[in-house]
Amino acid sequence: MTAPELAAETTYRDALREAIREAMIEDERVFIMGEDVAEYGGTYAVTKGLYKEFGRDRVRNTPLSEAGFVGAGIGAALGGMLPIVEIMTVNFSLLALDQIVNTAATLRHMSGGQFHIPVVIRMTTGAGRQLAAQHSHSLECWFAHVPGLRVVAPATVTDARWMLKAAMADPDPVIVFEHNGLYNSSGPVLPGPVDLTTAEIRRPGTDLTIVASAGMVSKSLEAAEQLGDRNVSAEVIDLRSLRPLDRATLAKSVEHTSRAVVVDEGWRSVGLSAEIAAGITEDCFYRLDAPVCRVASREVPIPYPRHLEDAAIPQVHDIVAGAMTVMTGSLADV
Amino acid sequence: MTGPQTKLLRDMIRIRVFEERCAELYGQQKIRGFLHLYIGEEAIAAGVISQLTKDDSIVATYREHGHALIRGIPATEIMAEMYGKAAGCSGGRGGSMHLFDAERRFLGGNAIVGGHLPLATGLALADKMLHRKGRVTACFFGEGAVAEGEFHEAMNLASIWNLPVLFCCENNLYAMGTSLQSSESETNLSLKASSYNMPSWSVDGMDAEATAGAASRALDTVRGGGGPVFLEFRTYRFRAHSMFDPDLYRKPDEVAKWTERDPISTFSAQLTSAGTLTQEHIDRLWVEASQETQDAVDFAEAAEWEPVENLEDHVGATDGASVVLV
Repeated sequence: MTAPELAAETTYRDALREAIREAMIEDERVFIMGEDVAEYGGTYAVTKGLYKEFGRDRVRNTPLSEAGFVGAGIGAALGGMLPIVEIMTVNFSLLALDQIVNTAATLRHMSGGQFHIPVVIRMTTGAGRQLAAQHSHSLECWFAHVPGLRVVAPATVTDARWMLKAAMADPDPVIVFEHNGLYNSSGPVLPGPVDLTTAEIRRPGTDLTIVASAGMVSKSLEAAEQLGDRNVSAEVIDLRSLRPLDRATLAKSVEHTSRAVVVDEGWRSVGLSAEIAAGITEDCFYRLDAPVCRVASREVPIPYPRHLEDAAIPQVHDIVAGAMTVMTGSLADV
Repeated sequence: MTGPQTKLLRDMIRIRVFEERCAELYGQQKIRGFLHLYIGEEAIAAGVISQLTKDDSIVATYREHGHALIRGIPATEIMAEMYGKAAGCSGGRGGSMHLFDAERRFLGGNAIVGGHLPLATGLALADKMLHRKGRVTACFFGEGAVAEGEFHEAMNLASIWNLPVLFCCENNLYAMGTSLQSSESETNLSLKASSYNMPSWSVDGMDAEATAGAASRALDTVRGGGGPVFLEFRTYRFRAHSMFDPDLYRKPDEVAKWTERDPISTFSAQLTSAGTLTQEHIDRLWVEASQETQDAVDFAEAAEWEPVENLEDHVGATDGASVVLV
């Protein structure tokens, strides 16, 4: 840490805002738009106050019109601007899925490489706030499935700060997932840069690799602590990038632990955890001492009551149980 | 043989000849995939694009061969694209439905009905935010798009942000086989558009001078900072929706009635009777168009296929150079 002021405690929310603010100061082509990003400050207060500094042209409120304003962001990027588009939640982004999948992800290819689209699309993801089945889902894998997109999910204050900066510097569409449980988390902003492609080992270990992203990283770290009490040394890897997946870092870890648990807040079926488990199996099959275990959300729309919501998404005890299954060699999924 | 009237006629003939050849090539399986012909609607592209400058942008649909040709993309590159050859205007990656040309500010070739209207709105937003005064984005779409949510969202955004977009609705009465009559609560589309608080009116889409005149008037407003304008061009496609379409939903007498209003033959008759052009002049336009098309076919036939090793090119930035519009 060379700059002490950077190491001051800040929140995930403020780190995102600082990244946006810095980009807007550095380049006049950067602007942010979305529902209530100006006076209201954004649903999760990420853009709070920015309109005062940059004006309502560059901190641009939109109608409730996801397909329209995401498409306009894509068009503005083609036209020479560097737009950041904020969508309230991943659930709402489905209204703009046509624009993201059919236009943002395809245009470079369809035009034979003539055009590119430097747009950043930020959205909230995840459960945990009793917002029920239309505000709580984790659909990151839908986007991570699509060639032509980059998909990232910063899980720390430092990554929020520097991955958003990197996303804005990227010439292609980047989808940034912000877990709703992280906005109030705080910590020091360590020096950047942080790239958009590499996973990070959050906790070294020797017996077991736990792979997680976004809101599942802190739960996995807590699980690793508890596993330590049981004499299991767990390595925790934060994916950070969901497309591309950093399979090399995962393989390197599993090569020395020989066991893996994949934790995903998305549903188990046909999800991110399946892709990661398959990748580990392809890359490390002969090193594995147990089948790769998946700890993922239950197959149900996220329910409203706290106890049911908690039961629907992976909790620390689920991760511990999954890890112990892998350690004891049982074939059962958790 | 110059002047705006001759140019309009020449451009319509170029589209007609090019596309009739495309239909033949489709039958010969030289062109594959979907092929949507513009035959019958040529007066719109010829008229509107004649009023655009090189700094304006065009965003069009999958029925865009005519727009691409009139915009100045060489017929050779368009035809090579139809063949899927690397020398095509989209490197062969797009085909008939996805013609692109950065240099000529031609942004597709978009095949999600209504999906490109927000894109056009965004291009205009960039022009406005970057203070490129006087620039316009012309967005072409069929009347089928009016039923899509993206149409309404884009019209609303363009209006509240006062953006320089010329919305050109090519109303050929059928969205594939679905008639406007059976699918819209309000079939007067310019009335519908006017609810977005922008100037809007309907134009005879079979008359190239009318389309050019309407575009000129509309562009005065848009270029002058007056915000978006919506034009409904009433037209008809003489061919089926695509080459797969058996055209079971249109009555022969309806097709015949519209065919009598063929924009090329009516304009040719008008120009000869006024003494502007002789039949000999007009015959020469057809011959020149045939030569242009033949050259395009020869070019496409001779062009190379892209090596399959390049398959995964043009997916992300590591592939190399590309542009944003300045």
